[in-house]
Amino acid sequence: MVRHADASISTASACLALLRRDLLLVWRRRGDAAQPLMFALLVVSLFPLALGPEPELLAKIAPGVIWVAVLLSGLLSLDSLFRSDLDDGSLEQLMLAPQPLALLVACKVLVHWLASAVPVLLIVPLLAAFLNLDGRLLPVLWESLLLGTPLLSLVGTVVVALTVGMRRSGMLLALLALPLYVPVLIFGAGAVMAAAQGLPFAGALWLLGAALVLAVVLAPLAAATALRIAMP
Amino acid sequence: MTPAAPPLLAAESLAFQRNEEPVFGPLSLHVAAGEALLIHGGNGSGKTTLLRVLAGLLPPSEGDIQVRGQHATRESVAQTCALLGHLLGHKGELTAVENLRFAVGLNGQREGTDITEVLETVGLAGYEDSPARQLSAGQKKRLGLARLLLLPSPLWLMDEPYANLDLEGIALVNRVVEAHINGGGAALITSHGAYATPAVRSRVLELD
Repeated sequence: MVRHADASISTASACLALLRRDLLLVWRRRGDAAQPLMFALLVVSLFPLALGPEPELLAKIAPGVIWVAVLLSGLLSLDSLFRSDLDDGSLEQLMLAPQPLALLVACKVLVHWLASAVPVLLIVPLLAAFLNLDGRLLPVLWESLLLGTPLLSLVGTVVVALTVGMRRSGMLLALLALPLYVPVLIFGAGAVMAAAQGLPFAGALWLLGAALVLAVVLAPLAAATALRIAMP
Repeated sequence: MTPAAPPLLAAESLAFQRNEEPVFGPLSLHVAAGEALLIHGGNGSGKTTLLRVLAGLLPPSEGDIQVRGQHATRESVAQTCALLGHLLGHKGELTAVENLRFAVGLNGQREGTDITEVLETVGLAGYEDSPARQLSAGQKKRLGLARLLLLPSPLWLMDEPYANLDLEGIALVNRVVEAHINGGGAALITSHGAYATPAVRSRVLELD
């Protein structure tokens, strides 16, 4: 068929159209979109208040606290990834589009990561200052989050796709996603902990990177299949 | 097009069960270019489910669907059919034009159509920059109709297109469908049968 030549162009333009629409939606709903950022900021700023002024203790738990705050803030906005698309019927339109659903899902994950994780990544120095984290550890923390947050978004998307047909699936979502999140947390926060003790930490980062590469390829495919199965 | 051309969409002894409970069928149907198939049935007779099965959103429990004489694949259905469902797929935060521009970016655009002109055709001129949220139910339906007009798909699957529309809107749906079918398209329209139907070659399938 002659269509083949322009099929690749239209796939690219479909992805661009979806990216543009979702980013525009994030902007129009920026009050909601700022929720993960505010959540991470609140959690991290409450710790020094709860624990009292003990700089050494704070510095010691800082990598773990920041990682948990970032992880949970991403989970918070994960539920809404397909929710509004499902409610207004545009998820149907995406599934009926002549483009591979996995690619469209990948675009949605990208927007989720850009909207929920990137703002938090940008204020990581501020979060680190709240908790008196050693400035020399900041690059390691940043690298681990840079590799870990897209991984969390990708893995989480598969779980959201599986539960998309269920109403009030928030509880189930958290229960399903957390076990998958734990390894990412262990390697991510572990890398920073190891660096703090002067131990080699590159291995954990490499593992995160390898898992991210795998997830970039496999998670959209799995999520697309899950959507087709779970569509009510 | 030769008279022997296979129908755009055909289904053979199609049936769907939900939890062992039959929803519709088994039934057979076909829609060729240049005709409309009206599906009549009361509430809960499985009209919407039938359309969703035909569009490929639900797998049929039994039977086979063919697109242009070939076993239906996701790709061939996507290129042939456009669905206008109960949920119209508009984003309330986006304007009418932004919604249509996204639909066109996702599905491609019918040759010779223009977003502004299509909005005028469906009676939404002047609402280009209104957020879809602020449109009335009938106007949202018209916006959904505008999306169908812009997409390149020859076969329209329309689920209760007359719902929420005023008399003028019903006439508009019929006008638009007539123009589409006279231009070589086809339509599959569900309704409970209480409205005037488009004046084109049409057949009726009763669901009970």
